Amino acid sequence: MIECRNLKKIYTNGDVETAALGGVSFRVEKGEFVSIIGPSGSGKSTLMHILGALDVPTSGQYFLDGKEVSQLNDDELSELRRERIGFVFQAFNLLPRTTVLRNVTLPLLYSKTSLKEREKKARQCLRYVGMEESKFYNMSNQLSGGQMQRVAIARSLINDPAIILADEPTGNLDTKTSQIVMKAFQELNHKGHTIILITHEPDIAKYAQRIISIRDGRIESDRRSS
Amino acid sequence: MIIRDIFQETFYSLSANKIRSGLTILGIVIGIASVIAMVAIGQGAQASISSKIQAIGSNLIMVRPGAQKSGGVSGGAGSAQTLTLEDVAAIKSEVKNIKAVAPEVSRRYQITAKSANTNTQITGTVPDYQAVRSVSMDLGSFITEYQAKASAKVAVLGSASRDELFGTNANPIGEKIRINNIDFDVIGVTKSKGGSGFNNPDEAIYVPLSSAQSYLIGNKYVSSISVAASSQEMMTAVQNQITDLLLKRHNITDASSADFSLMNQTDIIETASSVTGTLTILLASIAGISLLVGGIGIMNMMLTTVTERTREIGLRKAVGIKKIYINMQFLAEAVALTFLGGVLGILIGWAASLLVSKFSTLTTQISPNSIFLAVGVSAAVGIVFGFYPARRAANLSPMEALRYE
Repeated sequence: MIECRNLKKIYTNGDVETAALGGVSFRVEKGEFVSIIGPSGSGKSTLMHILGALDVPTSGQYFLDGKEVSQLNDDELSELRRERIGFVFQAFNLLPRTTVLRNVTLPLLYSKTSLKEREKKARQCLRYVGMEESKFYNMSNQLSGGQMQRVAIARSLINDPAIILADEPTGNLDTKTSQIVMKAFQELNHKGHTIILITHEPDIAKYAQRIISIRDGRIESDRRSS
Repeated sequence: MIIRDIFQETFYSLSANKIRSGLTILGIVIGIASVIAMVAIGQGAQASISSKIQAIGSNLIMVRPGAQKSGGVSGGAGSAQTLTLEDVAAIKSEVKNIKAVAPEVSRRYQITAKSANTNTQITGTVPDYQAVRSVSMDLGSFITEYQAKASAKVAVLGSASRDELFGTNANPIGEKIRINNIDFDVIGVTKSKGGSGFNNPDEAIYVPLSSAQSYLIGNKYVSSISVAASSQEMMTAVQNQITDLLLKRHNITDASSADFSLMNQTDIIETASSVTGTLTILLASIAGISLLVGGIGIMNMMLTTVTERTREIGLRKAVGIKKIYINMQFLAEAVALTFLGGVLGILIGWAASLLVSKFSTLTTQISPNSIFLAVGVSAAVGIVFGFYPARRAANLSPMEALRYE
């Protein structure tokens, strides 16, 4: 499903070279729920960018569904993100002053899918994450944090992606809402979605079946929770 | 599908950010409308001045006496008495390619009618004056050959003088006016020419030349001779012939000490045009500054929205929208804003010009060049500053764009 082989990412700033990732290898099978945990500066964000096809590694290989991602160009990466990856961000990143439905259909823009089909899919995804029908035409900036994050999750689902990447999805939420959102991820996982969660909070990481701990650009531990 | 999506996105994006869109459009509108209105006013002023000069008559050459000199003191052009009726006759018989010659004398007098009185210019002249100066009649007739020969005590009123003496649009034919305590019969009223200033033809009162010379002024000199050339091309030739003839008749060998001077309409138009040209440049500079200010306004709006939009672009990229579609959408937005602003600007500029025409004496003229210039500059500024930052943002990696502060 996902396979990383000795991923390295080196940032050069003038003469100074910083290794954000110093050779990371692991596999994630279909239907797994994995947390990647580590303090800030550990390289977990860099890893997530590479897994999300937002960035390419300096060296090493990354296979998504058996396809080598490291060598793709900008447009091919865009297409891959659209077709195979769903993103959930810490800051939700919804389009402000835009309806919930339009936010969810955003990834389908400029695709061959008809308008009717887009709306149908969006409604399905929103119901799937438990959004009330009455909120579908609300403006995104009028929602609560938990609702926004659910809209963002619905958006990540619209193309039925192979993996859902969640980058600190509870970072802007209170404890109670965090629990609701994490329960939603667990439910998605039970329905068969592959989820990779990036976080620095052990409490949040615990919702996953498997926790990969990263420190200084290397895997420190990789264990399954009971 | 793609085209429709781009149109829809543009529409939603612009309507979701009404204030931002509105202010950008406002900048464009101000720039364009002010350029169009200012240039229209400037050109209207120019056209109105030249048409007033044209109204004096066409292909006109004016011969006026030179300055009177006594003991080195110059009395100013036209003050000397050097032109006579014999000069007029000579011009008529010897100069070729002329249509008509009309000598005139003029002086201001107090005029009284039944109950009103005014002070205005009395012009003594001949029937040909009507042709030379393109005088058209509103009521009655102009001075006839017979009245001119017989020194008849008849008068033709300018429309403004008629209004002054007999009331607006009254018919004074057959009434009497007193000029210098002599009764004259009113035989006609001229149509308004819309002139203004000191020699407003609408304020003049015309009497036969011979009557003016014998009853009013009391000498045989004429104060100017108007000559109409047969065509525009003959103007120079006619002017040269008149100069040569008068120099010979007045026994002057050196042209620089001539006791008369010639002026043609072209000279007057050129002088006036250069004045109105300066006016147009002034108005155009004001408009140019407005355009600049408008342009900076557009630029400001476009650039200050970059932060928000960069994050939006990052998001669009992250969810897998290709760079080319992002570029196309932002270009479409910039084009839509400048188009809307352009259309509104043209309409408002045009409306402003019409209002100026309606509430002033000026007939404004909208110039297509000013529209092209104004729309071109605003569109260029709008599109460059709308599209360029977006394009730069679309080239960032999605994560960089999402984190942009």
